[in-house]
Amino acid sequence: MLEVSLRHAFAGFTLDAQFRAPPGVTVLFGRSGSGKTTIVNAVAGLLSPDEGRIASGDWVLLDTDRGVRLRPHRRRLGYIFQEGRLFPHLTVRQNLAYGTWFAPKGAPREDMGRVVEMLGIGPLLHRRPAALSGGEKQRVAIGRALLSAPRLILADEPLAALDEARKAEILPYFERLRDEVSVPILYVSHSASEVARLATTVVAIEGGRVIAQGPAAEVLGDPAILPAGAREAGAVLTARVAAHHDDGLTELDAGGIPLFLPRVALAPGSLLRVRIAAHDVILSRERPEGLSALNILPGRVQDVRPGDGPGAIVALDTAAGRVLARITRRSAEALGLRAGMDVHAVVKTVSVAAADIGTSGAG
Amino acid sequence: MADWLSPAEWEAVRLSLRVAFWATLFTLPLGVFVAFALARWRFPGREALNILVHLPLIMPPVVTGYLLLLAFGARGPIGGFLDSAFGFTFAFRWTGAALASGVMAFPFMVRAVRLSIEAVDPRLEQAAATLGASRPWVFLTVTLPLILPGIIAGTVLAFAKGMGEFGATITFVSNIPGETRTIPLAIDLLLETPGGERAAARLAGLSILLAALALVLSEWVSRRVAARVGGR
Repeated sequence: MLEVSLRHAFAGFTLDAQFRAPPGVTVLFGRSGSGKTTIVNAVAGLLSPDEGRIASGDWVLLDTDRGVRLRPHRRRLGYIFQEGRLFPHLTVRQNLAYGTWFAPKGAPREDMGRVVEMLGIGPLLHRRPAALSGGEKQRVAIGRALLSAPRLILADEPLAALDEARKAEILPYFERLRDEVSVPILYVSHSASEVARLATTVVAIEGGRVIAQGPAAEVLGDPAILPAGAREAGAVLTARVAAHHDDGLTELDAGGIPLFLPRVALAPGSLLRVRIAAHDVILSRERPEGLSALNILPGRVQDVRPGDGPGAIVALDTAAGRVLARITRRSAEALGLRAGMDVHAVVKTVSVAAADIGTSGAG
Repeated sequence: MADWLSPAEWEAVRLSLRVAFWATLFTLPLGVFVAFALARWRFPGREALNILVHLPLIMPPVVTGYLLLLAFGARGPIGGFLDSAFGFTFAFRWTGAALASGVMAFPFMVRAVRLSIEAVDPRLEQAAATLGASRPWVFLTVTLPLILPGIIAGTVLAFAKGMGEFGATITFVSNIPGETRTIPLAIDLLLETPGGERAAARLAGLSILLAALALVLSEWVSRRVAARVGGR
């Protein structure tokens, strides 16, 4: 397990962060300027912090107490940058091979053919980066990082420079990376849906500090944290595909509760993650009748947190897992919501965006 | 073809090519190094180095030649040391002409290379480092290929300067046939000799031809390199 502890003072900003990254995808989640990229750059060695220790077992990248500061090229990391940073003078194949030129001879490495196949970049191998689209560049960047025989993969908002269609194109590759490659991944994001789909572990960052860390469902379902703000709040449910229906809907089984979503391209029995955005959830004290919404999750209020504005976040525990609802304070008072009360959460099927549904390797 | 120029004129052409070749050969690695230092490193004396490099561009060439004579002449501190330690002389030799040409060409080389280094995105070099490349490897595999067009441009400029240098050369190593009489020095002498105008015109025409050739060649090479680097 990677353990990171950093302290660095900038003019007007201090980074002071400690966290652990177990195997899988650890997402550093927070707003722009919260210090996420600084942390990743310190792990990569592109920034030398005032104090800190970064190590995984006896593999020590940085230990300022003992005067250890490994140079970036000795850290054996695969860094996927926001802007790709492919070498313009090399072909795609040479870009992919670049890291292998310097990797230690005996290092366990991915097979070039397998990576090319996984990322679907076979037809691009002879092109140069200038002739690639944004999404293609990012796929090559993923492959280049993977093929350098890294012990850890870093990704700094690798989708932020892409439009929605390209994001939808790349995100599944990161899911495959998480599910098919054993290298741990440290992933920076400020997008709630990316976090919900990818994260095994979430480390929430605010103002240069870690405000929460833990399994994704736990951190994202905690109304006290909301690292991306109340507007972006949303809990993550894990569900199993139960059946595909003729009317274009997929039925899921979420802890015994049926959930209906627009058609999901996964075989029955597959596990998936669904992010339910808090602002798409309606609460009702009675089980609603004569309602067009298909998904009704009975649950118990666990917490009601009024926000700064007119809104409030209600956390409820259902058989499917933790669900967050963003309602007005006025509604919360009219319903008399308080912890321990039984309510029903209502979610419109069509409000669940395709970008919020992903595969779940770890469960 | 061979009798188109007199033996003395051929000698001036050969000498010019030799002087320009050696001046360029020594200017190239040193120029790339200084350009890299000025573009990327922050060190005390950086501004002084920048001024020193540019002085030959701004000073009258005669002054540069005079300073070279003071330092590298037979009785100069550096010239005297090289002579007594290695038996190597610049004064009144073609090597001195090459030195003068190299010094005069240096700022052109440094400026061309420095501009191209400043155009290289340092984030690409960081990416190379994260992929396991040490500093020298980053330079060889990323920086150098990307600045190749600038290096070619600088080389052509330095070579052309070496072919045409006059003021510093004649001041430093005088006008000695077969040793320091390059094309421009030969032209200068011919123009002062009664009946030398035709020969001067021939050499002048040849200079123009060589310069044009060098330019065409460098344009062609740098277009090819730029196409590779730009990925089209």
